[in-house]
Amino acid sequence: MDERELKGLINQVKRGRLSRRDFVRQMVAVGLTAPVAAHLLAYSGVAMAQPASTYKPTKRGGGGPLKVLWWQGATLLNPHFATGTKDQDGSRIFYEPLASFDPDGNVIPILAAEVPSRQNGGLSADGKTVTWKLKQGVQWHDGKPFTADDVVFNWEYAKDPATAAITAGAYKDIKVEKVDQHTVRILFPAPQPFWAAAFVGGQGMIIPKHLFEQFTGAKSRDAPTNLKPVGTGPYKFKDFKPGDLVAGEINMNYHMPNRPYFDSIEMKGGGDAVSAARAVLQTGEYDFAWNMQVEDEVLLRLEQGGKGKVVINLSGSVEHIQLNNTDPWTEVDGERSSIKTKHPTLTDPDVREAMALLVDRDSVQKHIYGRTGVATSNYLNNPGRYASKNTKAEFNIEKAIAILDKAGWKPGSDGIRAKDGKKLKYVYQTSINQPRQKTQAIVKQACQKAGIDIEIKSVTASVYFSSDIANPDTYGKFYTDLQMYTTGPSAPDPGVWMQSFLSKEICQKENKWQSRNIYRWRNKEFDDLHAEAESELDPVKRAAMYIAMNDLVIKHRVVLPIVYRPGVSAASLKLQHITPSGWDSNFWELHNWYKDA
Amino acid sequence: MSRTYILRRVLIAIPSLLGISLVLYTVLALAPGDPFGELVTNPNVPPEVRIALREKFGLDDPVWIRYVRWLSAMLQGDWGFSFVSRMDVDDLILQRLPTTVAVIGAAQLLAITVAIPIGVLAATRPYSVFDQIANTLAFVGFSLPTFFTGLLLILIFSVQLDWLPFVYRSDVQATGWKWWWEQFRQSIMPVTVLGLFQGAALVRYVRSSVLDVIKLDYVTTARSKGIGEPKVITKHVVRNALIPVVTLVALQLPVVFGGAIVTEQIFRIPGIGSLLISAILANDTPVIMGVTFVFSCLVVAFNLIADIIYGWLDPRIAFR
Repeated sequence: MDERELKGLINQVKRGRLSRRDFVRQMVAVGLTAPVAAHLLAYSGVAMAQPASTYKPTKRGGGGPLKVLWWQGATLLNPHFATGTKDQDGSRIFYEPLASFDPDGNVIPILAAEVPSRQNGGLSADGKTVTWKLKQGVQWHDGKPFTADDVVFNWEYAKDPATAAITAGAYKDIKVEKVDQHTVRILFPAPQPFWAAAFVGGQGMIIPKHLFEQFTGAKSRDAPTNLKPVGTGPYKFKDFKPGDLVAGEINMNYHMPNRPYFDSIEMKGGGDAVSAARAVLQTGEYDFAWNMQVEDEVLLRLEQGGKGKVVINLSGSVEHIQLNNTDPWTEVDGERSSIKTKHPTLTDPDVREAMALLVDRDSVQKHIYGRTGVATSNYLNNPGRYASKNTKAEFNIEKAIAILDKAGWKPGSDGIRAKDGKKLKYVYQTSINQPRQKTQAIVKQACQKAGIDIEIKSVTASVYFSSDIANPDTYGKFYTDLQMYTTGPSAPDPGVWMQSFLSKEICQKENKWQSRNIYRWRNKEFDDLHAEAESELDPVKRAAMYIAMNDLVIKHRVVLPIVYRPGVSAASLKLQHITPSGWDSNFWELHNWYKDA
Repeated sequence: MSRTYILRRVLIAIPSLLGISLVLYTVLALAPGDPFGELVTNPNVPPEVRIALREKFGLDDPVWIRYVRWLSAMLQGDWGFSFVSRMDVDDLILQRLPTTVAVIGAAQLLAITVAIPIGVLAATRPYSVFDQIANTLAFVGFSLPTFFTGLLLILIFSVQLDWLPFVYRSDVQATGWKWWWEQFRQSIMPVTVLGLFQGAALVRYVRSSVLDVIKLDYVTTARSKGIGEPKVITKHVVRNALIPVVTLVALQLPVVFGGAIVTEQIFRIPGIGSLLISAILANDTPVIMGVTFVFSCLVVAFNLIADIIYGWLDPRIAFR
């Protein structure tokens, strides 16, 4: 899809011929994120949707306790140190960002009075400054007023390398200044078409200056407030036991009227995903449970309990196979899969094409993931097909065989194809996780029929996903021919994800395997496009470039997408206004949650 | 039982604790993975942050330096700092210890109150129907692992009958009798699982121990003096038969703590066992060290207590 087509789609939304949601879904399908898609519309004059509230309760409180279950409990409650979604969610009960992303990527104001736009003067014409107007009269839980100083402080806090804040990425390259008590301005070094990284969403929660200013940098870990949060959120801190319990009670001074509905909240941690699903869907002991990494078959059976339902939300995460571009079996200068080598067989485009045809995505979805993984293959070049909901994943063993035959890969006496003495024999690794092992088996079977020999390897997740430089089995080392895991532009800005295909990001010994180009793929066209996109001001043009980049990645079969992994949670049938967003914390709209009597 | 004996035993315990800690630390250092694995797959986190964190927590230093640092801090009473929760390890453990002690204490109590009468009764009527049934149940009891019986109870009492909650809450919102009732309701399944597992083994010990004693001459003497059977059993037989049992109970307590790890995970009991599991999964070395250290102290301490009690109960074998 190029810029012209993209503009055409946006015009369709403007004229009301294409729904906003469909547009967002199409953008996600071509590798963008919902927040970026919403930004595109906003830039083109389609205002961010501010969905009409369906919140019914007419008074604050009175809803009794809200009981939620996270099978991995929150371990810390400082949003700047939140290592995973569990910690972000725990913190989000008490802390709030200036704005949140709804499931369609719209920026919804929380602590901001309004969403910055060109119309209200919040966004400058050169794309280098964003001005946020803060809501007035907001109080911290200890009664102190929330002001622009707090916002500026969060930037100083997070950008300080000595603090080692996880959120540093959003803050280290910007400048934030106070305009007046309730206005802050963000200055970007270069035009920034996606301006909602800082202070928005899961990474944007704001902590109070008056309690943290003594504890910045190296002293950050001594702050007593790290364990006893004082925020602006709908619930006040009551109790915290790391890994077990986060408890809050109603904030009677919350800055939104009639909210929250519940008198207290209890976020229980620990256990396993299946029994968490059971506690919500079958016994109704809990109201909500997070991240249901459970086979859909089991979820369907538990849903028959009639107490709860499974809630599925769009996200950008894709389970995919990576094909190594370098040779994992030759050691050069103390590392395998060195960029100085070339993979003997996988660098042949015909082999890659054949591999792409040998992934039976439909079976993977049907037999393994169900609702929790939607087959995807051509997710890049044909939005029309996506919209018609006919994305048939091409799985064709005969075609793969024909391609291999034509390219001169002939089966040997052992049935394995070879050319010039090089055999199509691959090791295929992933983490230990039942659905992944089943997927491996499905791929292996198809490959076998086409004369490609696959050896399956699985590594414990804690090893596979670690940054341990001494271990040869991490995903970053990629010491095998194929590997599979889930990633994607689930972060609000796809630019960051796209960096992982840059030549300069090659993951290797030199950078302790900390860089992102795991595929060891180098392509000048891509690098040039990315450089161009970086300085492109027009968001539509920029988006078109990102889509073109994504096309390149798929055309070259750098990765073979298998299934989308939407967010899956379980909620009580009585619980209302549950709209988990794939781009923000599960609790982004906690203030609106209520129960039907 | 002299004071010097106890002192000597305590002094011997020190090198063994040191050895345990050294082995643990080495094994943990050799084990793959690191506490910041979760950050790796998150494209929003710049690699610098990860590197800075590793440096901050000293993860890039050689193992022996890290061990010496940990040990010297430990000797000064500083248990270390959790990588994952960013709080002191001793706070984390103290927060969770009471729950574990309560659950294990109740389970042990249940085990003893069930095992002793059944064991004694079975031994006084060996090979009777009661004895056969008790024996069979005991075998079944200690053959079934706690993770199995735990799930079984959940399936029956929570899912099918919907009588009991299967998520243990540390913040029961009630006062007075209601609080006790809620506590009772949520503890009953984990305590039963652990208690019966322990009790089953104990039944066997009590039975064989009583069988040994009941045949002795002094029991026959007591009977022939015309003392009633109940009095013979309680005053003469059980008292002596329980000596080895008491030792066994003390020696087995650390094992109970081990069994509690699994039970805590199943019922989401916020004890040190579930803390250990989550710390292991997150590669949170200081917490793993802290919890395992507590466990090893318990093992050493209960061994010592068992020896002392044994000597006190049976002066014949006491160390002089």
